[in-house]
Amino acid sequence: MAALLVLDSLTKTYPGVVANSAVSLEVGQGEIHALLGENGAGKSTLVRMIYGLVRPDSGTMTLDGAPFMPLGPQAARTAGIGMVFQHFSLFDALNVAENVALGMDATPPNLAGSIRKISTDYGLALEPDRLAGDLSAGERQRVEIVRCLLQKPRLMVMDEPTSVLAPQEADRLFQTLRRLRAEGMSILYISHRLREIRHLCDRATILRRGKVAGICIPAEESVQSIAGMVVGTQMTSPAGRVYTPGKVLLSVTQLSLGSDDPFGPSLKDVRFDLHAGEVLGIAGVAGNGQNELLAALSGEARTQPGAILMKGEPVGDRGPDHRRLRGLLAAPEERLGHAAVQDMSLTENALLTGWQGLHNRGFINWGAATSFARAVIERFDVRPPNPANAAKVMSGGNLQKFLIGREILQHPEVFVVNQPTWGVDAAAAAAIRTALLELADNGAGVVVISHDLDELMQISDNFAVLAGGQLSPVQRTSGVTAEDIGVLMGGTHATA
Amino acid sequence: MTDFPILALLAGMIVAATPILLAGIGELVVEKAGVLNLGVEGMMIVGAICGFAVAYETQSVTLGYLGAAMGGAALALVFGVLTQFLMTNQVATGLALTLTGLGVAALIGQPYIGIRGTTVGAVPLGPMREIPVLGPVLFRHDAMVYISILIVACVWYVLRFTRAGLVLRAIGENHHAAHALGCKVIVTRLAAIVFGGVCAGLGGAYLSLVRVPQWAEGMTAGAGWIALALVVFAGWRAWGVLVGACLFGGLTALQLFLQAAGVAVLGEYLSMIPYVMTIVALVIISSGRVRAAPCAPASLGLPFTAAT
Amino acid sequence: MTVLAQLIAVTATMVAGGILFWFLGKNPFEVIRIIFWDPLFDENLSSYARPQLLVKAAPLILIALGLSLGFRAGIWNIGAEGQFIIGAIFGAGAGLAFYPAESAIIFPLMVFAGALGGFLWAMIPAILKTRFNTNEILVSLLLVYVAELILASMSLGLMRNPEGSGFPGSRNFRSYPSAHNAELIANTGIHWGVITTVFALAVACVLLQRHMLGYQIRLAGQAARAARFSGVNPAGLVIICLGISGSAAGLAGMFEVSGPSGQISIDFNAGYGFTAIIVAFLGRLNPIGIMFAGLLLALTYIGGELASLRLGLPSAAIQVFQGMFLFFMLATDVLVTFCLRWRSRMAI
Repeated sequence: MAALLVLDSLTKTYPGVVANSAVSLEVGQGEIHALLGENGAGKSTLVRMIYGLVRPDSGTMTLDGAPFMPLGPQAARTAGIGMVFQHFSLFDALNVAENVALGMDATPPNLAGSIRKISTDYGLALEPDRLAGDLSAGERQRVEIVRCLLQKPRLMVMDEPTSVLAPQEADRLFQTLRRLRAEGMSILYISHRLREIRHLCDRATILRRGKVAGICIPAEESVQSIAGMVVGTQMTSPAGRVYTPGKVLLSVTQLSLGSDDPFGPSLKDVRFDLHAGEVLGIAGVAGNGQNELLAALSGEARTQPGAILMKGEPVGDRGPDHRRLRGLLAAPEERLGHAAVQDMSLTENALLTGWQGLHNRGFINWGAATSFARAVIERFDVRPPNPANAAKVMSGGNLQKFLIGREILQHPEVFVVNQPTWGVDAAAAAAIRTALLELADNGAGVVVISHDLDELMQISDNFAVLAGGQLSPVQRTSGVTAEDIGVLMGGTHATA
Repeated sequence: MTDFPILALLAGMIVAATPILLAGIGELVVEKAGVLNLGVEGMMIVGAICGFAVAYETQSVTLGYLGAAMGGAALALVFGVLTQFLMTNQVATGLALTLTGLGVAALIGQPYIGIRGTTVGAVPLGPMREIPVLGPVLFRHDAMVYISILIVACVWYVLRFTRAGLVLRAIGENHHAAHALGCKVIVTRLAAIVFGGVCAGLGGAYLSLVRVPQWAEGMTAGAGWIALALVVFAGWRAWGVLVGACLFGGLTALQLFLQAAGVAVLGEYLSMIPYVMTIVALVIISSGRVRAAPCAPASLGLPFTAAT
Repeated sequence: MTVLAQLIAVTATMVAGGILFWFLGKNPFEVIRIIFWDPLFDENLSSYARPQLLVKAAPLILIALGLSLGFRAGIWNIGAEGQFIIGAIFGAGAGLAFYPAESAIIFPLMVFAGALGGFLWAMIPAILKTRFNTNEILVSLLLVYVAELILASMSLGLMRNPEGSGFPGSRNFRSYPSAHNAELIANTGIHWGVITTVFALAVACVLLQRHMLGYQIRLAGQAARAARFSGVNPAGLVIICLGISGSAAGLAGMFEVSGPSGQISIDFNAGYGFTAIIVAFLGRLNPIGIMFAGLLLALTYIGGELASLRLGLPSAAIQVFQGMFLFFMLATDVLVTFCLRWRSRMAI
């Protein structure tokens, strides 16, 4: 197989971090090449260098035998590199055709026609006149792919393409990719989902801490052996536990709520009961109402009083402060800007949800606040262990441990957490999962909203799926198969 | 002028609408690019004095408008450099621009207080002037009235149908995504800011050259702020600015007419009408009770730093 | 670091201002000496100018303190000038209603009325913001023009001095002892407004550092979603911040009209409400910073008057000069951020 793109010892350093250290990689003609690694392993930096968004400090790139060093995305596109972004790339207020036009260097005549043609050719159904904000995750990705294909690239780079897709949507994507490969296109496929890489990719390069940790042919490896290369060490997963339902702590009935986000889904008639000692997992593809559900439970969004009963008391129309006093605590997905304030110290951030016990007639007891922050740091092994540090200097894992710990040390009776381990290193993720299980063992009810299915399978006792703002009936986790979940996750989007 | 006061009123409406139409359409482009420039009032008044001074010294209205455009653009450029390169807070910088602009204009304007400006003639539109009703209302104005409407049409066309307009809107909606696609966020925004300055300058000059026509300190009297409100009222749509400007111009003309007619209400209370009605319009629009709720560009007022 | 940046901003403004004065045909060194040195240290002038410093700085600081709370929370009340005027009209109205009765209760009543006037005027943008999501920047600003027109109609109509032989303007409070905000200690410039300002400074310091309200204001300004998650009621915060800043501006207006200015007249308001915005930013929204910024800008007012008397420097030049302060301060803010970032890079 002839090499299309060759990277030779690319190095890129940021202040305090070596993002890529002498990374070499080779993508062949007509090959689907996987780039594997944990969050922070240096995948994004490498891709950004290929796409001209970042210049390497040293090292060379060769495209089809010629030296290649794009000065910007436009140069990369001209050279035949296409990029399918996962985040920050569509403009919700613009329509599909406008979004596609933006990614191209010149708007071709009859763009809408070309879009229709490409979408029928490759089975990527799209309407050029619809607003991007009204599309499902899968459709949004199709916009990206169509935009990329219209430029007839030789190499298409895909960053975590399936992270927001339901299993059925992912299968359709794989069909399209295989077809493109058959037509001779090369694809650099970035993911941390090992199963799909085994099925789809011809070769894989594994990055760990900015360095190449190995190259393999995924079809010849087991998921476990690849995982070993990605993680470096074997992780211990929390031990299985026995769940006996206690009394109902939180009862949600007929919870309906519009979204703050003009393009976000509304919650429709969500209902579930949460018992003492229960971990309830709520799965679903991102953007199906997870943030809305968290806001409704935390008290940031108000509903009918009776829609949410906390130990029998209607709290649906009460704010977060009232609910916290009743033992209902929450931890949102976004760390900086929602769960924490980036320029504030850990002590000040401890006050963010802990303030009700840390003031006297409105006057803050800073001494007690610092002690509280220290207690969280100590109990959850947050590093560096200095409560005066600003939240923004903490790593994702340590900050998340602090934020989860902040709620747990307030002894919640019901704890609702959204994406507890998103973007967190494996060690911290394990620590957080253990802490959540411990909380449930001590008699609290825990709701874990996550799009990481493996995580939910591992820690939840009961299980439901959120799709299009609707929650499926709750079932025991032990009896559920991946296929069942896939069908549920498709939800209203299955037809899209 | 005419036999019917209603025609005079409508003609007056157009004259009163032109300055805020110009300033408003400029600010619309700036906001579409995701920048909030609260310095419109300052740029307008600097435009007013620059226009008046240049026109008076050179005895050329055209050069006057050119001077006004440059004055407005210069001030806008200060705002642009501060907010786009030095990442200063847009609200604070815009306010600073207005406060400083008022001072700069007063400083330049000292020798021109009380001087009568050059007269600006109407565009010779020949027989169209004589069309009943339409003639006196629409076809007996100076060139800037027609130019301003042309500018609105151009802005509408460029934003809606050209690639440059698409890039500008994309940057205003999501500057990170636009940057990732290779759009030049800062350059585009700077260009939009300068365009806003040019338009505000022209709007100011229209006040001092045609509408009043004289120089007086603080003569814009909040027109810049009304132009800002106009953009919200228009729901960030070019033709909406034209409609809003006409409504507002009509109110102003009516108010002046009533004062001249000696209606038995204190003049001060009549003068309040434009401001109060602007607030009322803002309330109606913001409350979302009208159809087609306005949609501000999503990145409006947010600072942009290219992630490395 | 911030102090250094502020010094750089002040120096840069002096240089740029010097160039401006030079362009206006004045000797830049002389102008700057007259503005910044003479009012404080010239033997003949300082006895007059030093008390004036407090008289001019007090309203600026009082208004800016109120504004800074809202600015920190991202609530932009830029209509303090209007609240200042309405506060003055309410305060003066309360006093004039009792004329010519003398009683110790009249002045406290005027203080209350002044604060109430500013509060009510600020409640218009506050309520429109919370009820209809109307932009408070535009509403509060547009209300300044309305307030100015009300002021004009008051001084020409309802409040005109019946014994003033038809001239616009109300009775003068200097000849109405119970309602006069007099100098409390001779030749110091200290009146009730100055005392209130000192008190407000102390309250603002405690509020921001030790009180939950100050914490919530900072929270809302830095991350609105985090504030809501914490349990801050955004609408309540809008009402509180606009209410406090409106009351402060109203108080300042009342003290001004019943003391230094002496009467309601068409243009008794000297733009304090707008200059206070500069003061708030120049002081980096920090109470102590605001105190120094207020004194500095008061000095430019007094020195500017002096320069206009002595050298014929146009008063607008001072306005430009004050604007430059703000520009340079905003620009040097970036310097601080950059230096900190650079330093932290070096540390790693």
